[in-house]
Amino acid sequence: MPNNKVLAIRRQNFAGWTMALPACLLVFTFLILPFFMAFGLSLTNQRLVSPNPTEFVGFENFQQMLGIGLLTMEPDVDDTGNIKIDQEGNPVYPRVRNFTRNQDDYPQYFKKREWFRIGLPNDKMLVVLAQDVVFMKALFNTLLFALIVCPIQAGFALGLALLINQPLRGINIFRTVYFAPVVISMVVVSLLWRFIYDGQNGLLNALLQMFSLGLFESVDWLGNTATALPAIMAMSIWQGVGFHMVIWLSGLQTIPISHYEVARIEGATRWQTFRFVTWPSLRNTAILVMVIITMQAFTLYPQVQVMTRGGPLDSTQSLVFQAVVRGYEKQDISGGSAISVLLFLLVLSISLFQRYLTREKD
Amino acid sequence: MPVHKMVGLALRYLLLIWIAMIFIFPILFMVVSSLKPDLQLLMDSSSLRAFLPVGDISFNNYTSAFDRAPIFFFIFNSVMITGITIVCSLFLCSLSAFSFVFLTWKGKGVVFAIILATFIVPFETIAIPLLLIVNNLPWIGLEGFKTSWINSYHVQIIPFIADALTIFLFVQYFRDLPKDLVEASRIDGATWFQVYRRVIIPLSGPIVATAAILKFLMMYNNQLLWPIMVVQEETYRPVMLGLQYFFQLNTQWGEIMAYLTIITIPVLLFYLVLQKAFIASIASTGIKG
Amino acid sequence: MKRIVITKIIACFFILTSSSVFAQTQLSMWYHGAGNHVEGEIVQQIIDDFNASQSDWVVALESFPQESYNDSVTAAALAGNLPDIIDVDGPILPNWAWAGYMAPLTIDESKLDGFLPGSLGRWNGELYAVGLWDAACAIFARKSVLESNGIRIPTLDAPWSHEEFDAALVTLQNSGDFDYALDLGMAWTGEWYPYAFGPFLQSFGGDIIDVEANMANDALNGDAGLAFGEFWQSLFARNLVPGTSQDGADRETGFINGSYALQWNGNWAALPALEAFGDDMLFLPAPDFGTGPKIGAASWQFGISSTSEHKDGASAFIEFAIQDKYLSAFSKGIGLIPPTEEASAMTPNYSPGGPLEVFYGLSNAQATLRAVTPAYVVGGKVFEKAMADIANGADVADTLDAAADEIDADIDQNNGYQ
Repeated sequence: MPNNKVLAIRRQNFAGWTMALPACLLVFTFLILPFFMAFGLSLTNQRLVSPNPTEFVGFENFQQMLGIGLLTMEPDVDDTGNIKIDQEGNPVYPRVRNFTRNQDDYPQYFKKREWFRIGLPNDKMLVVLAQDVVFMKALFNTLLFALIVCPIQAGFALGLALLINQPLRGINIFRTVYFAPVVISMVVVSLLWRFIYDGQNGLLNALLQMFSLGLFESVDWLGNTATALPAIMAMSIWQGVGFHMVIWLSGLQTIPISHYEVARIEGATRWQTFRFVTWPSLRNTAILVMVIITMQAFTLYPQVQVMTRGGPLDSTQSLVFQAVVRGYEKQDISGGSAISVLLFLLVLSISLFQRYLTREKD
Repeated sequence: MPVHKMVGLALRYLLLIWIAMIFIFPILFMVVSSLKPDLQLLMDSSSLRAFLPVGDISFNNYTSAFDRAPIFFFIFNSVMITGITIVCSLFLCSLSAFSFVFLTWKGKGVVFAIILATFIVPFETIAIPLLLIVNNLPWIGLEGFKTSWINSYHVQIIPFIADALTIFLFVQYFRDLPKDLVEASRIDGATWFQVYRRVIIPLSGPIVATAAILKFLMMYNNQLLWPIMVVQEETYRPVMLGLQYFFQLNTQWGEIMAYLTIITIPVLLFYLVLQKAFIASIASTGIKG
Repeated sequence: MKRIVITKIIACFFILTSSSVFAQTQLSMWYHGAGNHVEGEIVQQIIDDFNASQSDWVVALESFPQESYNDSVTAAALAGNLPDIIDVDGPILPNWAWAGYMAPLTIDESKLDGFLPGSLGRWNGELYAVGLWDAACAIFARKSVLESNGIRIPTLDAPWSHEEFDAALVTLQNSGDFDYALDLGMAWTGEWYPYAFGPFLQSFGGDIIDVEANMANDALNGDAGLAFGEFWQSLFARNLVPGTSQDGADRETGFINGSYALQWNGNWAALPALEAFGDDMLFLPAPDFGTGPKIGAASWQFGISSTSEHKDGASAFIEFAIQDKYLSAFSKGIGLIPPTEEASAMTPNYSPGGPLEVFYGLSNAQATLRAVTPAYVVGGKVFEKAMADIANGADVADTLDAAADEIDADIDQNNGYQ
């Protein structure tokens, strides 16, 4: 008997490896290997176009991106020792430039740039400087994008899936229509939405004006630092929601009708049916949807590339966009690779955290 | 039918239609615009006329779009590359997912975790190393022996067959399938491959359809950077690269809309066909439970 | 090792058999014009004529979409399969030459006498490429609009001064007839920014990169640079020009349908404007911001790749292509400026008295090369972002400082591009 068991396990070992091998081999050759090469590049000064030999530079690329400095400034004082006040009654501070471009007196701030500033008590001002402000903004925007888009998109998608899971006549037409934006490539969708968001004669402004009877003031959606990223978020949700709807739907349809019948016989309300019958059966689907949405959110790129190229004033920079701009356009393939490595580590830790949250409680 | 039920039904349809309008309007704009001359297209784009086939309507944009680029060629390339990738991907990924879920073998946990992690790597960031890899891979084909994969169909297919997302989709689905089905057929003396082929796959209609749609979209819509790098002959170019033929100094927007409409048709068709199969498969298996 | 030997044997076999079948040697050529029919036909005509004119070489053409042409070439260089003849955008040439993609031309230079300077691609004292045309920018305007607003019409000899230009914009904006006084083409991201706006900076006395000093600090963010940056920002702050969110469609139709009073545009857009306004149409020279009026020079050019095994054949083709009849054919076909006076005379638009003759004059008088250094590729991109940021209200000095630092850091990383 024990001999048989060992044999059975060995057999499973062999069968298991054989069945998994072809896909694993492909993943290794075309994903893992190039990723490790990219990691290797990020430790060098390799350029995309260059006759110079490659040199190993260690973590310099990462230091360059992540370098941060803190600068506390006192307000300017005039000759009499009073604090200078501007027209709005706020104290006037010296220009950050005085500190960041003065290598002799302030070597620690040299060539850093202002990221953001926080007012402190006693009129002091704390300025957070970064070696690479664009990268920091890209990091922040990417996180913000994922944080907002993920729950909204997943929620909407579930709502839509429930809506079209009803046995209504012609429901297939709606299923197709809701899915339609997904089949169009993000590049194309972004092109179309540039027309829609246009501040001069865009469709969105025209529609809003029509529905508000002319009260609505035209907004330059993509030209405004306050609205550009939200506009891209809204479009991304619109484009992707149909896809996640389909995944939810495939989960919904694996729930046997008998479960619902039991609930009906027991007189459950709609909410109760959803809470105690539908939702528990969607566990694996929910994990799947969350994982996919998170990944997609972190790889925010074509929208930015087509619609804003990171602007206005870096309000729509994203990590992948920066990786592409640096690696390809600016020929700095090692810097671009360093961003990819950081992105990888970031998303890896987030998904480990997600797995921890969704672990089997027993 | 009682009145309150009819009102309820009407409200439901109203909601469905209202949402449908949100999803359809940019696409309607695209299709309608493809029928208009440029100047009118741009003037109409700021009013409801953008959605109406009014004014100077013609198929001129389509004729000139076909003049500008070998569109059928691009579509053929894209459909072929996508099709072959999907077939290989569905088979190999579901097979490995089957192994991950139903078999126990040494190193399974680690291998699966590593594969899942590759999900996170955006393609743009590994494109250059990948170029160096495929450039040094040998190939034997109809034209004889070659030392590089550059300039071919297979360079656009093989690297994309296996991906973490497809494997993960299958794994999550297989986890929900009852394990006793597998054990029962093992006791009946079926080999593992037979269990996969005869027990699991027939139950996997919905996920196969979902994975196929997803793979189709990933392949058909996103192939831009890679062909730019590895395809030098027009013969091998896919539709997304074809779109760039239309970005000239004086861009003809009507032509672009026409091209976009044309290349969207295969995707929609594919989805419609699969959706039918998808619903049929659910009806026939009745799934588990 | 063994495999490589076998591969080589097989490869030799194929080369032997193919060369015995065709007595002529194949030359591959890449071109950026996919999707542009007229252009494609002219290039193909030159190739057909060349192939028929001799029996040593056969040129085979492969066209790429312009959007991604440079990326394709870079990838091909990494993979080691560049063609024999490459088409290269003028300002990028030094970068490619420095990187070793290209080999110097071995053409008899006397054949290039009389070519516009912008059409010759030189770097480090060597000639690498020749252009079959040049391009030029001008301020598109309507005579009637300027006259009714009492604005002087500038000439090549007496262009608008900085103050005059500024006043003209304000007058036009205040007339209330237009959405914007001037359209700079902010919708055209990419090379358009350094090509179209870099010369303004040069006219102020600055530059993206000081080629002599091999650095951007002081050139881009010196006093001239700061003055230019302030002026640039004021154009947007005063709503005289559309901002970075302008869509490509407005760029194309805005001047013709009258929403923009003036437009900063290239000769390739001249014919539609001329069609719309006829005699009323004017192409005005760039304003003089202090050190003379300047516009960008250098467009696409033909060169030879360094890996070509048949450089003599590639040279022969380029020499064949620079005949006046082809130069004028390009001009007739797609409205580009012929690089020689003889070729200009053969075209209806650029010949003396022709409607676009002014562009030939502009190109001759004002054209200034973009910083001729391999650092330009990165410099141009950094400049593009800085221009967009300043337009959107970023602090001028900080932005230009950061841009100059980034360019200099790139020069350092490349060991000075020496």
